Amino acid sequence: MPIESGWATVGPFFHAVLPWKDGGVMAGPETKGEPITILGRVLDAEENPINDALIELWQANAGGKYNHPEDTQSGEIDPSFQGFGRVAADAEGSFTVKTIKPGPVRGLGNSWQAPHIQISVFARGVLKRLVTRLYFEGGPGNEHDPVLALIEDEERRETLMAKPDPKESGRWHFTLRLGGPRETVFFDV
Amino acid sequence: MDPIPYRRETPGTQPPALWPDYRSTVLRSPRKPLIALPHTLSEVTGPIFSHDRLQPNDADLTSQHKDRPIGDRMIVAGRVIDENGRPVAGTLVEIWQANSAGRYFHARDSRDAPLDPNFTGGGRTITDDAGQYRFITIKPGYYPWQNHENAWRPAHIHFSVFGPSFVTRLICQMYFEGDPMLPFDPIYMSVPSEAGRKQLCAAFDYDLTVPGFGLGYRFDIVLRGRDATPFEADDHAH
Ligand SMILES: [Fe+2]
Repeated sequence: MPIESGWATVGPFFHAVLPWKDGGVMAGPETKGEPITILGRVLDAEENPINDALIELWQANAGGKYNHPEDTQSGEIDPSFQGFGRVAADAEGSFTVKTIKPGPVRGLGNSWQAPHIQISVFARGVLKRLVTRLYFEGGPGNEHDPVLALIEDEERRETLMAKPDPKESGRWHFTLRLGGPRETVFFDV
Repeated sequence: MDPIPYRRETPGTQPPALWPDYRSTVLRSPRKPLIALPHTLSEVTGPIFSHDRLQPNDADLTSQHKDRPIGDRMIVAGRVIDENGRPVAGTLVEIWQANSAGRYFHARDSRDAPLDPNFTGGGRTITDDAGQYRFITIKPGYYPWQNHENAWRPAHIHFSVFGPSFVTRLICQMYFEGDPMLPFDPIYMSVPSEAGRKQLCAAFDYDLTVPGFGLGYRFDIVLRGRDATPFEADDHAH
């Protein structure tokens, strides 16, 4: 049996190809759901900004449905929403994504997953992508989410929580830390 | 019904997060154990791209500008398959690479080697029903980097592939069989097994070579697969 090809870092020079124009604009004015802006940052173990990171996002639409043939949940695909985003970090390690808040998605068994966005982090010095999730602080269903429940250390669950902007509603702050005392929880998928 | 999960990563086949020989990993490698995530709908789904994503000449990196780029023209082609050996059809494959002098078309690549106005070094295509892809490009040059004294990257092309789900995503580098720089390269050597490293080396292929045009290199890519299910076994019986 063949085995998955060996991963490699994206290196520092992927920008001519991978970050599409408007890759961080996942939703348009016609997209159903609550528009949100994610203001993200990527930091290394010493809290230095990572200025050559690439972030990919994958999420369900406002009805909790993925635009994919294996999502056989009831509900409709929103033709204006693929659910995929891809954006490069800037000189300050910051990135901006405009999307809509995803709906809850079925989990395994009879469980339900709270609204969340799948996140992949690529960068120079990251040999294999890092996988995490973004949840919304205070969001409905977080306390029963089966994936958050896998994280035994409750304090570490906080690392997956996007925080609402205190001044402007619809804006969410999300920081990824690739190491250090406040290291983000990463998953083995 | 729960979605059919993908097979977990085969232990000992992928680079570790912390690989001190590649210095940049030191501050960019999580130290707490990864948390194993059972595959839900969020993992078994993923973006699927249509041909709308492609521009003319995306698969021919030698035809994206007014004139031909300098360098050895070559064909790089192969198949994207899964761990069960099945073709991965209709999936987006993206590549990027240095020019024949070993310089990237990139603001942060300030090395003292010429840019080629006829070469950007980016390509994109979608696999056909048999999982096949094909690019026309030029052979990338070697380039030095700051990782250690006298460090040079082997000639390589970066590959990005999606596959049918979030889990099947892959970014890897294609090397050339017999490249003398390979054993000195910490990125290549971070792939733990010799078989795994060999799998990343393109082989010269006469059948892909186009007379009077360019040499052919074959590079097959393997994405994560699922364990065969009774349903699929049944399917194969027909
Ligand atoms: Fe490179």
